[in-house]
Amino acid sequence: MPVIEVEALTRRYTTRTGFRRRTRKDVEAVRGISFEVGRGELFGLLGPNGAGKTTTIKMLITLLLPTSGSARVLGHDVVAEPREVRRRIGYVFGGDKGLYERLSGLDNLRYFAELYGVPAREQGPRIGELLELVGLTGRERERVEGYSRGMRQRLHIARGLLHRPDVLFLDEPSIGIDPVGARELRQTVASLTSQGTTVLLTTHYMFEADELCDRIAVIAGGLIVAEGTPAELKSRVADGHVVEIEVFDGVGDRLDAVRAIPGVTSVGVEDGGHSQLLVVRTDAAATVTPAVLGRLDGLALGRVATREPTLEDAYVELVRQA
Amino acid sequence: MSTLRLVAVGWWLQLKMRSRSSFDGLLSIVYPMFFATTIFFMYRENGDEAALVSAAVGASCMGVWSAVSTTASTTLQGERRQGTLELLVGSPTSFSLVIVPATVSMATIGLWSLVATLLWGRVVFGIPISFDQPLVFVVAALVLAFSLGLVGFLQAVSSVRYRSAWALGSLFEFPVWLICGFLVPLSILPDWVRPISWLLPPTWGVAAVRDAALGGNAWPDIALCLLTGAAYAVIGVVLARRLVDSARVNATLALT
Repeated sequence: MPVIEVEALTRRYTTRTGFRRRTRKDVEAVRGISFEVGRGELFGLLGPNGAGKTTTIKMLITLLLPTSGSARVLGHDVVAEPREVRRRIGYVFGGDKGLYERLSGLDNLRYFAELYGVPAREQGPRIGELLELVGLTGRERERVEGYSRGMRQRLHIARGLLHRPDVLFLDEPSIGIDPVGARELRQTVASLTSQGTTVLLTTHYMFEADELCDRIAVIAGGLIVAEGTPAELKSRVADGHVVEIEVFDGVGDRLDAVRAIPGVTSVGVEDGGHSQLLVVRTDAAATVTPAVLGRLDGLALGRVATREPTLEDAYVELVRQA
Repeated sequence: MSTLRLVAVGWWLQLKMRSRSSFDGLLSIVYPMFFATTIFFMYRENGDEAALVSAAVGASCMGVWSAVSTTASTTLQGERRQGTLELLVGSPTSFSLVIVPATVSMATIGLWSLVATLLWGRVVFGIPISFDQPLVFVVAALVLAFSLGLVGFLQAVSSVRYRSAWALGSLFEFPVWLICGFLVPLSILPDWVRPISWLLPPTWGVAAVRDAALGGNAWPDIALCLLTGAAYAVIGVVLARRLVDSARVNATLALT
C-alpha cells in the first residue's frame, strides 16, 4: 500500500478586495494532481515558484483543506483524520522562521517533544541523539536568536524528527544553507530513507533532487507535467545537447537571433557577475555551435562547451513546455 | 498525566520566553503602576481611607488584566510572524492545550505587577494594607490570574482565523477595569451594567482578592471566579476548533 496517495487534489484560493464593491478573485494553485509515494521512497516535487509545491505539502500535512480531491497519508485521510496523520508525520520548512528565538535550542526541542507526545523518559535521550545527528551538541543551551541560518535549519530537522515520524515532508530544507551544511543535510536525509522513513522533498536545487530522489514529479501551474526517476526525466531530453557560451559584453538583443536557429529548443541566460552564461539546448540532430557563434559575432566571448543534458535541463524543458 | 505535563511545560517555557526581555518586564510593571498612581492620588484627595485601601487592592489587580488582555490578542499574530503558528496547529496536540498555558503564563507575569503595585501604594503613598488572611489572599490572586488566563485564551483563539482580531485586546482593556470593579464599587455603576459585570471572571476575582485582603469571606467569589473562567475556557475550546478549521479552509494560518 502506498504511504502517500494523492488523487485529483485541487486547491483554490479566494481573495477579496475593495470595501464597498467587493471583488472576488479565485486562483487555482493546485489543479487536480495525482501521485503515489511508496514506503521508504524519497519522492521529489520540483517546480518553479508558485507552481503549487508548498500548497500540496500543506494539504498533505493537514494545514490546508483541499478544495476537491483526496489525499491519504499512511492510510489516513488528511481531511477526516488530521490528528492521526499529524501523529505520524514530521515536516520541516526552509528558512529562518519556525523557532522560538528567545528560547534555547534545547527548550525548543523540549517544547515540541511535548506537543508531539514523546514520553517524558524518552525525551532526554532522543533529543541528545538528534542533537548529535544534526551536529548541534554543545550549542543546545544557547538561545536560538544567536544561531546561524545553518544551525537553525539543522534545529528544524531535529524538531521534525523528534517523534520518529514514518513520513517526513521537507519543503526546500536547504534554502540559504552554505554548501557544506547542504551536503550534510543531504547525507542526513539519505540516511533517513535508508532507515525506512518515507520522504517527500521539494527543492529548487536540481543536483540535490538528482542525488537524493528515487522519483520526481515536476509541477508547473498547479499540474504535474512529468513524473519518473531522475534518469527517466533526463532521458526525455537525452537525445539533445547543451551548448554553453560565456559572454562578457552581455547577450543583449541577440537572444532572439539565437532562438531562431533551426534545431535550438530553448535558450537561457545565467548571470555570473562579470559575465553571462548563454545556455542553448538543441535537439539531437542539430549542430548549432557555429551558427550560435555567428549570431554572437562581435561580442567578447569566453569558454565554449558542449555537454550532455542534466536533470536541470530536463526540468527547464519540462517547465517551458508546460 | 501527560496532559498535565504538557500544560506545565508549555506554561513554564512560555513564561521563560516572556520573561527574557527586561524592557517588556519593566513595562508590564510600570504601565499599570502609572494608572494605579493616578487612582491613589484621586482617592487620597477624597480623604476616605477605606475607599483608598479598597481602590489600592483593585488597582493592584489591574496589571494582571493588562498583562493578559493586550498580549493574548497579539500572541497568535506573533506566532504567525515567527512562523510557529502552523507548527502549533499542525501538531497532534489539541490547539487549546497549546494556547491555554501561553495565556496563563501572561497572567502569571501580571502577578508581579500586583505585588509591585501593592508595595508602591504601601511605600510611596503609605496605604495601610494588612492581610487578615494571607493564605486566602494568595489563593485568590492565583485564581484571579488563572481565570484571566482563560479569558485571554478566548481572546487569543479569535485571532487564529481573523488577523485583525488582535485589536480586541486594546478594546477591552480599559472597559473591564471599570465594569469589573477594579477601581470603583459595582454598586455605583448603572443597573444595566451589573449583569455584564457578573458574566466576567475579573469581577469575582477582584472581589475575592479584596475580600481576602480586607477580612471578608473570599471563598464564594473565588468559586465564582473559577466557574466563570471555566465557562470561558469551554467557549474557547469550541471556538478554537471551529476557527482552526476555518483557517485551514481559508488559508489564513500563514498570513501575516
